Amino acid sequence: MIVEVASLHKTYQTKTGAVAAVAGIDLEVPAGEIFGLLGPNGAGKTTTISICTTRALPTSGSVRIAGVDVVREPARARVHMGVVPQYNTLDRSLTVFENVYFHCRYFGMNGAAARARSEALLQQFHLQERGKALPTQLSGGMQQRVQIARAIAHHPEVLFLDEPSAGLDPQSRIAMWEAVTSLRKEGITVVLTTHYMEEADALCDRVAVVDQGRVLALDTPAALKQQHGVYTVLELKLRDQVSAPALLREIAALSGVARAELTGEGIRVFADQLDGLLPLVVAAARAAGLRDLRVQEPSLETVFLQLTGRELRD
Amino acid sequence: MTDATARPVRSSPRPTGTPLRAFGALMLRDTRVLSRELLPFIVRVIMQPLLFLFVFTYLFPRMGGGNGMMMGGGSFATVLLPGLMAVAIMFTGIAAVALPLSTEFGVTREIDDRVMCPLPVYAVALEKICFSALQCIFAALLVLPLAYYIPSTPVLLHVSSWPVFVAVMILASLVSGALGLTIGASVQPRQIGLVFSIVVIPITFLGCVYYPWALLSHVRWLQIVVLANPIVYMSEGLRTALTPGMPHMPVLAVLAGLVGSLAVLGTIGVRNFLRRVIS
Ligand SMILES: Nc1ncnc2c1ncn2[C@@H]1O[C@H](COP(=O)(O)OP(=O)(O)OP(=O)(O)O)[C@@H](O)[C@H]1O
Ligand SMILES: [Mg+2]
Repeated sequence: MIVEVASLHKTYQTKTGAVAAVAGIDLEVPAGEIFGLLGPNGAGKTTTISICTTRALPTSGSVRIAGVDVVREPARARVHMGVVPQYNTLDRSLTVFENVYFHCRYFGMNGAAARARSEALLQQFHLQERGKALPTQLSGGMQQRVQIARAIAHHPEVLFLDEPSAGLDPQSRIAMWEAVTSLRKEGITVVLTTHYMEEADALCDRVAVVDQGRVLALDTPAALKQQHGVYTVLELKLRDQVSAPALLREIAALSGVARAELTGEGIRVFADQLDGLLPLVVAAARAAGLRDLRVQEPSLETVFLQLTGRELRD
Repeated sequence: MTDATARPVRSSPRPTGTPLRAFGALMLRDTRVLSRELLPFIVRVIMQPLLFLFVFTYLFPRMGGGNGMMMGGGSFATVLLPGLMAVAIMFTGIAAVALPLSTEFGVTREIDDRVMCPLPVYAVALEKICFSALQCIFAALLVLPLAYYIPSTPVLLHVSSWPVFVAVMILASLVSGALGLTIGASVQPRQIGLVFSIVVIPITFLGCVYYPWALLSHVRWLQIVVLANPIVYMSEGLRTALTPGMPHMPVLAVLAGLVGSLAVLGTIGVRNFLRRVIS
């Protein structure tokens, strides 16, 4: 195992009381895997990554990276990992080339080796023409690629990416995905966080669904959908909330409906059999002032809905 | 997704990262950044002592018919030189550590890339102190030629003991770096201006820069209070080492003061630095 997280807890003391950002997480990521932590804002993804990358100290529990305990030997553990945090940490006082070059030097390469490695990486990430530019002169997508190039420059076994596509336009996101999947060929293990279902689905071998500092489910995207997302979700928005409970009972009794719940704006229906159901639901809901109906095919999104009763993005 | 067993094994050699090499590389990085703005650096260092010497040791003696102010024109330049070197050292330490650190912490968080180097985090803070100390020594030496050419009456320079001079220069520069680290790691970027007004300017004016500490005996309470000010030991130390003809503190008191300041500021600075980067 490259990454071993065992009963990890992290509690922040704030003015308003204790916040359990991580409340007992266990993970094991084998070599070569692309592993995703999927969860909504505040789920504890960044905190987990911060502890793994020696940027935060756990309240209890342990993390080992390539067998090295990150609390006992943080400096040695850092040799085995590359990190791209949630915010841009490119060195604004250095050029793009120098960012990668000095990173190599920090990790013990001599001048010639560092220069060769930096040139090769800029080539690999299609940045060779921007080597002399300052980071601030680059687009967000390019800066993100420089960060990835820099993070893997010292040949780490595992790369941690915290929200790699946050704030990227769709085109840059695709380019970033390609960069990440290309790491697979080099045998680099990747641990990434995201709250985009498509991203977890497209990139990850396995996904841990995280909420409120806990892992709710952990499997391949396909298996997760099979186990937890077998239902198609119908999201009904109603004008009349008063008659909603009566409508709920009526809809729950329809054949093909596994269960239904009130959402405050209307009703959420988990259906295992959609054939012929839609017209019946619409007819029943008409009296309560149906104003919107959304159908979600089984996806990681519906897996999350099922597990928590909440939407992944608010 | 592809089969987990079918992946090639990485064969590229990993460099042998050691804390010492990382420390050296951090110094190299700072050298690179400094080399890019060497001219602004020199201008920044020279401007204040240049104007000071020009007004007080060139203009004043001419305007006042030669008897100058305080202890007479000629010797005022001699009083002033170690003080101006101390100020150059202090301002350089703050400019080299506090200002960049406070933005790197507060606005951009870019210090994180260096915190992730394969060496203990406190060593990243110590590197900041060491590199700024080099700049401080350079800055202090830049003041010397000014003091030679500008004053209308010559400065009485005499290095009585080279070991003391070297020790004072190195310790004073480290203290200045530690002061910069403490400020940079403790203060939000938007408060830096305020810190200049309520910390940096007062410790300069009350740092025995423009007068020897011994003459403060006329205001006894102040003479005792300023002993808490690290700048006092910088100026008095340089006075001891460079202008022994002027009243000055005993060498041992100076060294003890500098070592004590370094210990206190270094501890606070490193502790706050750790607190800022590790949550
Ligand atoms: N330094 C801190 N002090 C106090 N509370 C914190 C701190 N860092 C995080 N938290 C709290 O811990 C919880 C988890 O935060 P974390 O940043 O790990 O979530 P996340 O899953 O990364 O969310 P996002 O998708 O918004 O990045 C949140 O409730 C957050 O408010
Ligand atoms: Mg986060």
